[in-house]
Amino acid sequence: MTKPRIAVHQFNSCGGCQLALLDPGSLLAELSQCFEIVHFAMAGFLDEGAEVDVALVEGSISSAPERERIEQVRARSGYLVAYGACAASGGLQALRNQADGSQWIAELFDRPERIGLLPAATPITDHVKVDWTLWGCPVNGRRVRSLLRDILSGVRPKRDSRPLCMECKERQLICTLVTQGQPCMGPVTQAGCGALCPAFGRACYACFGPSEQVNHSALAGRLQGLGLSKAETARRFRFIHGNASPFRLAAHGLEEE
Amino acid sequence: MNALIQVPLLTRVEGRGALRLEIGEGSIHALALKILEPPRLFEKLVEGRGRDQVVEMVARIGGLSPVAHQLCAAQAFERLAEVEPAPWVSAMRRVMLCGEWIQSHSRHIHLMALPDFLGANDIQALMERHGEVLQRGWRLQQLGRELVALFGGRSVHPVGVRIGGFYRAPEPLAVAVMRQRLQDALPAAEALLGWIAKTLPFPQDEHPFTSVALSPAAGYPMGGSRIQSGDWLDIDASEFIRHFERHEVDHSLAPHSVLDKRPYLVGPLARLNLGLPELSPAVRQALAATGISFPSHNMFHSILARAAELLFALREALGLLEGYERPARSFEEVPHQNGISYGAIESPCGLLWHCYEIDDHRRVNAAWIVSPTSQNQARMEEDIRLSLERLGLDQDETSLRQRAERVIRNYDPCFSCAVH
Repeated sequence: MTKPRIAVHQFNSCGGCQLALLDPGSLLAELSQCFEIVHFAMAGFLDEGAEVDVALVEGSISSAPERERIEQVRARSGYLVAYGACAASGGLQALRNQADGSQWIAELFDRPERIGLLPAATPITDHVKVDWTLWGCPVNGRRVRSLLRDILSGVRPKRDSRPLCMECKERQLICTLVTQGQPCMGPVTQAGCGALCPAFGRACYACFGPSEQVNHSALAGRLQGLGLSKAETARRFRFIHGNASPFRLAAHGLEEE
Repeated sequence: MNALIQVPLLTRVEGRGALRLEIGEGSIHALALKILEPPRLFEKLVEGRGRDQVVEMVARIGGLSPVAHQLCAAQAFERLAEVEPAPWVSAMRRVMLCGEWIQSHSRHIHLMALPDFLGANDIQALMERHGEVLQRGWRLQQLGRELVALFGGRSVHPVGVRIGGFYRAPEPLAVAVMRQRLQDALPAAEALLGWIAKTLPFPQDEHPFTSVALSPAAGYPMGGSRIQSGDWLDIDASEFIRHFERHEVDHSLAPHSVLDKRPYLVGPLARLNLGLPELSPAVRQALAATGISFPSHNMFHSILARAAELLFALREALGLLEGYERPARSFEEVPHQNGISYGAIESPCGLLWHCYEIDDHRRVNAAWIVSPTSQNQARMEEDIRLSLERLGLDQDETSLRQRAERVIRNYDPCFSCAVH
């Protein structure tokens, strides 16, 4: 039986999500047993233009060459996964979308004209059809493997967009918001990390993106009740997934008020 | 012979980089290590943010060295408030950084560098021929990951570091288990160093360069606030921009750095060249047993430097965790302070420097971040030129291209981090 072909593409990102396939290296060996790895530059496989069955796409679309490249990737890939926070919502770099990007570039570079950024850093789904989205900054390794197994077996992956609070309760952790008055984003954030921050006694900062049925105004009210200003509350939403629509709307509302 | 050598996309490096070389009439006419990664503008993204959020944000500059970025930022804010973290905090942060070094060095040795040395590009071919070596490497890599996770819950963008210390101190039982595993891994790390020295062919490729690292006066270069060069420089981190000149070049979106108008090296080999006397006797002995003498000015010895640092990091972590007791508090309150603050740390791939200006509203007004790969760019270009000239420019294109790519990989470049 021929193995399905897989490619891992990097767009604008920190490269950290690819480590879920490389750390430790035995994962790469396992991947290569199940798939024919066609393109994965960080791991030494180079054939960017090849046709593949599965493409994992890390990073946001921030420049014109990237916009062209994602269309080529889409055209040559069967099942395309937006892999990680930057691919899912634009990531931290999408915070520039609210600012005057050209002004920033002018301040940072002596010759700003050679920096060819698009006006906004955007998620993959703004440009091409995405078959599955894996959230997380970084993605969770267990979820990556479970997704790849589902793809291999031809079953539809299971969507789990419950709020982090559910995972936190399953682990029987103590609520940082209720008991310590910390500005926890758990009620509006997707589960999937294993409720890491509450386990460390600290507030979740929403690195897994918005959960289902986000009630952002209730949480915004609660955070302000804890003593956060409107601007501080807005900055909690406008963070790693500040470009994801429920969080963007929440922050926008607070900034407008 | 005239040749145009192009590598449109470099492999076994982080991020997107390319190389273009023009060779004609016995000399290299043009050489450009291009970084294609678009900037994410981190220095602007952190403006207007409070220090707690900055610590989480800067981790995202580089997924391969998040711990170094977090610790560098935390240290900058603590110094500004003139708070020296408790000895327990300093020790545990060093252990956490050891974890990042172990993980990163093992990854680089086994996944990025070995295929070059052994002439096998395919992971499966490598597995068939050197399965045991790879298994050993992956166990070390996993141990490094878990050491980071002990303090931060996960190895990429960990969540444990806070201003003043850690959000949580590890359980003594977990530390005891980790110590045992570190102890058990020592023979593997020693064997790895010996195996690399004995088995791998190192090209003869020495040429002079300046090594730059944090001062070994504070122990083997990992932390501290003084920056040294192999020759004369010994400055405080706050003086960094006065001595290291940075300039933009057309072919890279990350600025180049020079010291006294000359390229310089940061990273494991630079650290080893400067910090050799600070290695514990056991590590020095293991290094001496390789028969290769250090300080070295052959960049192909970088893989040995990584293996030596891996062994050092295991022993360092083991020593610092000895007699571990959970402190009453895992952090101390650090008062808010406005002004300009500096952080410097040795990330796995070299010297990392952060600077923040904090305003009266406890928020970042301006930031400057200089990553190791950005600093190494000029050195990499110089090295490619010298190395190819030594190899002979009359060699066929494949040999020249492969040599150039190998030279680049010796630096473990992280292009996303360089541009940020």
